[in-house]
Amino acid sequence: MTTTPTAQTLQGVGIGRGLGMGPVIRMPDPLPEPTDTPSALAVDAEKVRAAGALAATAADIRLRGEKAGGSAKDVLDAQAFMAEDPTLGDDVNARIETGKTAERAVFEAFVQFRDLLTSMGGYMGERATDLDDVSQRAVAHLQGVAAPGVPDPDHPFVLVARDLAPADTALLNLDKVLALITSDGGPTSHTAILAREKSIIAIVGASGALSLEDGETVIVDASTGVVTVNPTESELSAAEATLASRASAPDVPVGPGALADGTKVPLLANLGAVDKLASAVEKGAEGVGLFRTEFLFLDSDRAPTVEQQQANYTTLFEAFPGKKVVVRALDAGADKPLSFLNDEPEENPALGLRGLRALRAHESILRDQLTAIANAAAVTTAEVWVMAPMVSTVEETRYFVGLAKELGLQTAGVMVEVPAAALLADRILADADFASIGTNDLTQYTLAADRLLGSVASFQDPWHPAVLRLVGEVGRAGTTLDKPVGICGEAAADPMLAVVLVGLGATSLSMSPAALADVRAELARFTKKQAIEFAELALSANSAVEARAAVFAAASPVTTKTQKSE
Amino acid sequence: MPERTVTIASAHGLHARPASLFVQAVTASGLPVQLTKGDKTLNAASILGVISLGIEHGDQITLVADGDNADAVLDQLVDLLTTDMDA
Repeated sequence: MTTTPTAQTLQGVGIGRGLGMGPVIRMPDPLPEPTDTPSALAVDAEKVRAAGALAATAADIRLRGEKAGGSAKDVLDAQAFMAEDPTLGDDVNARIETGKTAERAVFEAFVQFRDLLTSMGGYMGERATDLDDVSQRAVAHLQGVAAPGVPDPDHPFVLVARDLAPADTALLNLDKVLALITSDGGPTSHTAILAREKSIIAIVGASGALSLEDGETVIVDASTGVVTVNPTESELSAAEATLASRASAPDVPVGPGALADGTKVPLLANLGAVDKLASAVEKGAEGVGLFRTEFLFLDSDRAPTVEQQQANYTTLFEAFPGKKVVVRALDAGADKPLSFLNDEPEENPALGLRGLRALRAHESILRDQLTAIANAAAVTTAEVWVMAPMVSTVEETRYFVGLAKELGLQTAGVMVEVPAAALLADRILADADFASIGTNDLTQYTLAADRLLGSVASFQDPWHPAVLRLVGEVGRAGTTLDKPVGICGEAAADPMLAVVLVGLGATSLSMSPAALADVRAELARFTKKQAIEFAELALSANSAVEARAAVFAAASPVTTKTQKSE
Repeated sequence: MPERTVTIASAHGLHARPASLFVQAVTASGLPVQLTKGDKTLNAASILGVISLGIEHGDQITLVADGDNADAVLDQLVDLLTTDMDA
């Protein structure tokens, strides 16, 4: 092309391979804190303003609850009661009597309750976010500005946000979201996981995205992670042509995953509940690479019985006759504590008594679970494997594998999430039947960056060469000892990274069912030799960004060739 | 003034949905109702107050109401609290 590029581009991390375009709508920024200047109005006038704003906020939230229905309605109804709370109202009035404006009084009263709830932690701490939302709405009402929150215009749009909170995404009207761009958050952020699950075209971590303005047109190409701002006519028509050709190009048929040279790479599903089975089967999952069993235990103050668990496992195994199903033993983690497992508060739960450590401390729960799995396996034809979460040592590996075999399970392995387990993979795989790499936690522990902390999200990138080198250690041990090495983190759902992981020695990939088609298509484009070359390029990079860029550059001539030959 | 002491039946205590339902019932009664847990007493129509008491399954609380049909209102609230609202 000879035209001078007038368009600006932004680079981020694409989720999936979709392409979308449309007008930008920005997620409104949080309101600034109201200033603490003395009120110019009479005390009674300020009280009337505050009471009116709180009542209007409650009414608005109730209306949204009616629209949303289901469990969202319960959450929103509780929020409406918070806006109408008489104790809060008294507190607001007391502050107004000291000469504060209604805005400031409302803001301060909510902060006080927020701090109280936060200090209580746990469930109460989580309600602090709900309270912030109510506070923002009431203050916005007083200031006569738009309430922050998910926009819901009457036309399709590209949503631009710093990052999305779970509460925002619950109310997002997915039918109207053409694509999603965030300035913060990495490929394992809540937003990225949601986008992958719901098949939303998304680019996360695109710095500069917050300079986009409402109404600007953008092209969002998740396959390259590039956002084109105010594209030219020719760029728009090129994007439309690409969309049209993708729509007409035959999909890689649903079937076993394989590289271009025929090397088989079984594609499996990550599942967290039995009711998602149908969608996994329909999207061509060749089995289940990670069955999370936490849902059986959550919302419960004691572990379910062997019989209760067995019924659930039997349903799961029956959906995959003759296929592999890898069940992970209960993983009560830092982000999902269970009262009957983690009874001591910990300063640093990600490094605490979690995963297999917690199960060992309560061995009867582990025994019951493994017994239930073995019983269900005995009456079905699925090829049942079990694995232990968060294993750090050879000794832990021997403990888990020994117990699983004692209870009648034939194939027992470990998850590699802790760098120590990756570094000693040759010793660990001598005892375990297989390894499955949990890239989210492996990245968190390798880069020392809390998965749940937005401020360190930029470290949370599985393309980082340090993470890939550890994956390579496990891959090499697996190849040498002829033991399977699976990947079951979000990394396996990133199509280009999936190819790199196979190059590092992964023998199967497990992901959200929604990602299967894209990964299957990407694998089919490259040979094992190319995958190994890409892996070497990524390993020799200095950063996640460099690794990704190097691999995309090496892979892109292939892309161009493929497109021209069509 | 009539009062009742009651043991919380909801599996997760008086959080989230049970707290909303309880506050809704108190508000609908139109009577001032005080809730006491341990040495803390507060307005039972305040969801933030109720949540911040951290009332768990099995905890004992005392309700006091003032007004014409205070006994009937308290009986109704006791019924609510002795039902597992999470079920």
